[in-house]
Amino acid sequence: MNKSLSHADVKVGDTLPALTLPAIGRTTLALYAGASGDHNPIHIDIDFARRSRMPDVFAHGMLSAAYVARALTDWAPQRQLRSLALRFTGITHLGHRPTCSGRVTETFEAGGERRARVELRCANQYGEDKIVGEAVLALD
Amino acid sequence: MADKSLIGRVLNHGKVDVEKGRLRFFAKATGQADPVYSDEAAARDAGHPALPVPPTFLMCLNSEVGSLLDTLNTLRLDLGRILHAEQAFDYHRAAYAGDTLSFETKVADVYEKKGGALLFVVNQTRVTNQRGEHVADLRSTIVQRNA
Repeated sequence: MNKSLSHADVKVGDTLPALTLPAIGRTTLALYAGASGDHNPIHIDIDFARRSRMPDVFAHGMLSAAYVARALTDWAPQRQLRSLALRFTGITHLGHRPTCSGRVTETFEAGGERRARVELRCANQYGEDKIVGEAVLALD
Repeated sequence: MADKSLIGRVLNHGKVDVEKGRLRFFAKATGQADPVYSDEAAARDAGHPALPVPPTFLMCLNSEVGSLLDTLNTLRLDLGRILHAEQAFDYHRAAYAGDTLSFETKVADVYEKKGGALLFVVNQTRVTNQRGEHVADLRSTIVQRNA
């Protein structure tokens, strides 16, 4: 469990502790398909993937999105999270090892509270971006 | 193929019970090590009444409301050619195991890029709980490769 994030703790340029995940395997995708309810065969059925002109199955974008959210909630309790906006910029293939990172780009007042804007990134072990986005968190 | 006439169309709506076993399975599948998301005692110690719904799981619950194939049929999109392009969440209040959440999804936008080679469909979902309180808004962008 993490302690709440106060405005005194956060300044522009601060980075979130990076979260590095194990390599994505077929088991990872099967478990995520079951747990998420996303049963799109492109992520779990190599025959379907090949018929769709992909060399193999590939990861759900929302799996990496869940990893990005983990990096955020490892940093600050979820109750402080106001918004999360993510763009999927590349496909995560089998064998990729995602690393999620973030950096505070702005602190501001909105909705009667102090908030921080955090730019987010999820990249593989080759430094190729798979997700870019941002979150807004309320500061205590 | 989807076109602008779909904008405003309600794609699906319905209610979903948030089950704690499902939340534990999601925690396992995403490698979640924080016990707040799988251990009720840890969740209560952190001030939660029950296991909290993690930030991206609302999108998963939303997919329980309609079938992907029916949705793609309505949108006239082809499963083998689509990718998830963007996903956004605005959070208004927490959701927990034991809640019954209502989801209503409408087509918010349809547009093309690269002379029609890429077709984008944006869906907007309003999430409310069993007390009628506004929990979150989701915005999901799907892209279809037409080239």
